[in-house]
Amino acid sequence: MIRFLLNDREITLTDFAPRTTVLDWLRLERGLRGTKEGCASGDCGACTVVIAEPAEDGLAYRSANSCITFLGALHGRQLITVEHLAEGETLHPVQQAMVDYHGSQCGYCTPGFVMSLFALSRQPAEDSEGRALEAVHEHLGGNLCRCTGYRPIIDAALSVTGSMVPDRFRRNEGKTREVLMAMVADDPLSTDVDGFLIPDSVAALSEMFADHPEARLLGGGTDLALEVTQQLRDLDHIILVTRVAELTRVTQSVDALEIGAAVSLQDCRALFANHYPPVDNLLGRFGSRQVRNPGTIGGNIANASPIGDLPPVLLALGASLTLQHRDRLREIPLGDFFLDYRKTALAPGEFIRSVRVPLPKASEFFRVYKVSKRLDDDISAVCLAIWLQFDGVGENATIVDARIGVGGMAAMPRRAPGCEAALRGRVFNDGALAAAAAAIDGDFTPIDDARASADYRRKVTRNLFTRCLLEYRQPEAPLQVTDVH
Amino acid sequence: MSIETSKVGLPLAHDSARGHVTGAAAYVDDRVPLEGQFHACIGGSAVTRGRVTRMDLTRVRAAAGVVDVITADDIPGVLDIGPVFPGDPLLVADEIEYRGQPLFAVLATSHELARRAVLLADIEYETLEPVLDLRQAMDARYYVRPPHRMQRGDAHAALEKATRRFEGELSVGGQEHFYLEGQASLAIPGEDGSMTIYTSTQNPTEAQKLAAAVLDVPMHRIDVVTRRMGGGFGGKETHGSPWSCIAALFARRSGHPVSCRLSRRDDMVMTGKRHNFLNQYDVAHDDDGRLEAIRYHLAGQCGSSPDLSDAIVDRAMFHCDNAYFIPDVLIDGLRCKTHTVSATAFRGFGGPQGMIAMEAVMDEIAFRAGKDPLDVRRLNLYDTNERNVTPYHQKIESFSLPRILDLLEEESDYRARRAAIREANASSPVLKRGIALTPVKFGISFTVSHLNQAGALVHVYSDGSIHLNHGGTEMGQGLMTKVRQVVAEEFQVSPERIVVSATRTDKVPNTSPTAASSGTDINGMAALNAVRTIRGRMVDFLARKYSVDGAEIVFQDDQVRVGGEILDFSRVAKEAWLGRVSLSATGFYRTPKIHYDRESASGRPFFYFANGAAVSEVVIDTLTGESRVLRVDILHDVGRSINPAIDIGQVEGGFIQGLGWLTCEELKWDASGRLLTDGPATYKIPAISDTPPVFNTRLLEAADNDEETIFRSKAVGEPPLMLAISAWCAIRDAVSAVSGYRELPVLNAPATPEEILRAVESIRGMS
Repeated sequence: MIRFLLNDREITLTDFAPRTTVLDWLRLERGLRGTKEGCASGDCGACTVVIAEPAEDGLAYRSANSCITFLGALHGRQLITVEHLAEGETLHPVQQAMVDYHGSQCGYCTPGFVMSLFALSRQPAEDSEGRALEAVHEHLGGNLCRCTGYRPIIDAALSVTGSMVPDRFRRNEGKTREVLMAMVADDPLSTDVDGFLIPDSVAALSEMFADHPEARLLGGGTDLALEVTQQLRDLDHIILVTRVAELTRVTQSVDALEIGAAVSLQDCRALFANHYPPVDNLLGRFGSRQVRNPGTIGGNIANASPIGDLPPVLLALGASLTLQHRDRLREIPLGDFFLDYRKTALAPGEFIRSVRVPLPKASEFFRVYKVSKRLDDDISAVCLAIWLQFDGVGENATIVDARIGVGGMAAMPRRAPGCEAALRGRVFNDGALAAAAAAIDGDFTPIDDARASADYRRKVTRNLFTRCLLEYRQPEAPLQVTDVH
Repeated sequence: MSIETSKVGLPLAHDSARGHVTGAAAYVDDRVPLEGQFHACIGGSAVTRGRVTRMDLTRVRAAAGVVDVITADDIPGVLDIGPVFPGDPLLVADEIEYRGQPLFAVLATSHELARRAVLLADIEYETLEPVLDLRQAMDARYYVRPPHRMQRGDAHAALEKATRRFEGELSVGGQEHFYLEGQASLAIPGEDGSMTIYTSTQNPTEAQKLAAAVLDVPMHRIDVVTRRMGGGFGGKETHGSPWSCIAALFARRSGHPVSCRLSRRDDMVMTGKRHNFLNQYDVAHDDDGRLEAIRYHLAGQCGSSPDLSDAIVDRAMFHCDNAYFIPDVLIDGLRCKTHTVSATAFRGFGGPQGMIAMEAVMDEIAFRAGKDPLDVRRLNLYDTNERNVTPYHQKIESFSLPRILDLLEEESDYRARRAAIREANASSPVLKRGIALTPVKFGISFTVSHLNQAGALVHVYSDGSIHLNHGGTEMGQGLMTKVRQVVAEEFQVSPERIVVSATRTDKVPNTSPTAASSGTDINGMAALNAVRTIRGRMVDFLARKYSVDGAEIVFQDDQVRVGGEILDFSRVAKEAWLGRVSLSATGFYRTPKIHYDRESASGRPFFYFANGAAVSEVVIDTLTGESRVLRVDILHDVGRSINPAIDIGQVEGGFIQGLGWLTCEELKWDASGRLLTDGPATYKIPAISDTPPVFNTRLLEAADNDEETIFRSKAVGEPPLMLAISAWCAIRDAVSAVSGYRELPVLNAPATPEEILRAVESIRGMS
């Protein structure tokens, strides 16, 4: 049985196909057709809903693409849809702003925008206009509009950011939180809807998965759900990992961060922001807000896509994974985890428990670069992470160690051993640059695809080393198109 | 008419705005499912060119939920639904001409079961060698329609004697419409072989005509209803009809309501896109940079069938002069055939692909003459005196561009910024900025003359409420809002009194597609004519009843002043009804003055021209080819705006859509003819960060239309898309900076990061 709130209505479901998406359920079962299907692949945002979950203080409101959110993942949450924002004839302030600023034309993407705006309106005010605009881009980058050119939507968004409107959600927040907490408390997790399991402890998860290694582990589902909506596959057995307490924990020791596999990509941003700001920037362009909210760090690693953006970063940072099978734990370097195209070192019934990321040490230099056709919500043609350890500071310091993580250049995320060897023992100068550029050509045989040609991928990868050297010499110089204002 | 009561010119919100933001505005697939409603899905070809040698659909028929399966043999009426010329079989009966072309269709109890069943088909093919490349088709003279020529003067002779002459070539990409609402139809069978079809189409009459033809019934048996589309952009002008025909067929066969909506992938694979073009030019100019002659070859890749390509390539030819006088000109337009999905209408309808060639030529001339491109553009601009004849012999009678360029140059601070950018680039090794100001002149009217007609139907009910219907369709462009303002203006009532209703073929027949930017121009006029008829009857009635002169009857503020008496509009309606006056009228409009003889390629195809101009500033990264638009200033002429908020929305939205076409939107097929960019994960339309941080859009003030258009406004749907050519020119300017402006590289469109880097590398080291 799963229980959740659909807007203000309590829903209890004892029987549903595990593969059911929230969008299909809303439109086909509940007749709530304000939420639209634009692509059924999580790339357009027309189906955006907001999912509220109990936080330490009140509720956390997170946008999600309902087309790739599985119904079972709503357990203990409040699902908020566009139909619920207005109170009677009075539009919600985010809706009114969209009307006032002429933010809709054909209107088909509008409910999705409204829901992303609603999530944005829950955020505290930004301290500057620039930051406010960034927040708007951050929240709305996953909503495509083909009509307006976005300008009126940006204006509408800026008018409601940080306004902390005293809407029904704020008024009812305490009560809603109690209802949600009670749903989960009354009804022990590890619920047994046929084929959709929700373990709440790592012990329960490890038993379930070891007993049913054919089950599919569900984190955010932003990739898994495509098997349903695009490939029309059956998923008969799903285990949701995001309610496993141990998997959502983050601990920091003197030399490393230990990040639970089910920590969301959005939550990872803050973790990295302190230690590795370039990763925070990268995550700002990772999918969209609707993908980063549910998507997990473990999911991005475990699906072993050649174009995931975190693996190159984590390879360069020297991350390792703790894997678990029943009660047996093992730690492996991330480089040993990826075996081939979408193949990993995971044994049947084994899962990623946590990701260990070393903290930065003195005299290291780290950058990550993502190149894609579009700034928002695009998959990398090339993602290059460069980590260099120097024996000192300044332009004459020698590179004593190098780790280069690369995505988009091979069948799996990989390091560039030839390039790393070419850099080690050198001063980071034009000579090292030439050596690295030459060596990295030998490390990869990239492919031609819809995103870019092999030739472009090769050229850009080489050229990104030039950017890296320039940034090493002049960390503050504007070198990217996003640096220009 | 007093200013205070004017309904025209007000920035009213879109009439469905509240419905949009609450989710209450219903699109076709949002209709409450009907009892027994079935769902159709299409099975497409797995080969690019060939024939089916064996089609075994046994497993499809046996699949869960399947109700019916049809192939070409099951179509009772017409199989070929080509809109102008044949070539578009509803389901393939003979040769397969593109990968994904519909072969069969499945009807099932749910959308998902229909999709799943399609996958079970067992089909064997004989394959034929496809033609996939535009240049290959060009060389082989493989066409869907014969070439067409326009000429004035003797371009050959002028080119031969020219002192400054150059040739060039520009490849211009196509574009997926990516309307957010995919193709969707719902057919509901009625009695006596009738059928009501709810469909997302820009062309209800065509959907009606084709459904009738496919079912082999008269048109009067089919009613087509379109309340709104979730975007159209030309993609639902002809390419919406196959799906409404399939729904109608299944509805007829099953007796049940049938929905047919395409998944996003099917939509991208099975429906047409903007034509990509290969443009070649041979140009002569004088030392100052003044054009002497151009010889153009414009080759459009039309895909597998003619569809609308004749008119689309014509429109490219009509716009390869853009805003400039060419003394001697010869234009050949080619309609090349390839084994790809048939290319179709897309905002601008070929115009953008022709216009960009001319803007590339302007930059090239400026580069060669060592001048600011804006000076060369001004030098070559049409005027209304002598340098005023287009390649198709239409005279430029009214031209706001000189004023627009003056104002925009000043407001945007173009000269100073250009100087500053060139100076800054000299000391910026990686990032280079560029700037360009380009104009747009776009011809308004369907170039197929008979389409320039429209009808409307207006009822005034006895309580004074007004029902408005016309042949235009709403796809987000605000047509209903504007026409409602027209009716409100003419009756001098508040717009709220008027309800806008779905476009229906049983209310207004024989309509033209909502296309060619003509929606408000023609439907607004038709509605105005209907209102005038009713108002005239009201005046006659009141004059009789109250014994006053007609001139003493004034409509104002939801009231009618009859001599000394003031009557509420609703009272007038009631009294007229009691007086047995007809309060319902049709209105009709045909665009005057236009004529065109395609044989001699001369005439007046356009009622008037729409104008605007834009300045774009961009930055590129010479290491990766990434680019960003930093600032855009637009000044656009919409004549006397009926609704400035809606017009600005069209201008901004058109610009960004054009920007996508020229930068991030890239269609790719693999070597076998399979579309690689078949979803939003691989096909990238602009997202919110692509909106320039500084984006100043203004409508030209004190603007007018010398022609008698609806309240002297100008069409605005398509023209602003071409303002984005300024961004493409600015990128090319930025690339040129890599060589210290000693080279002007070829930059094909779209200027993706990959294309920009290629252009950069083609001239790197040449400074």
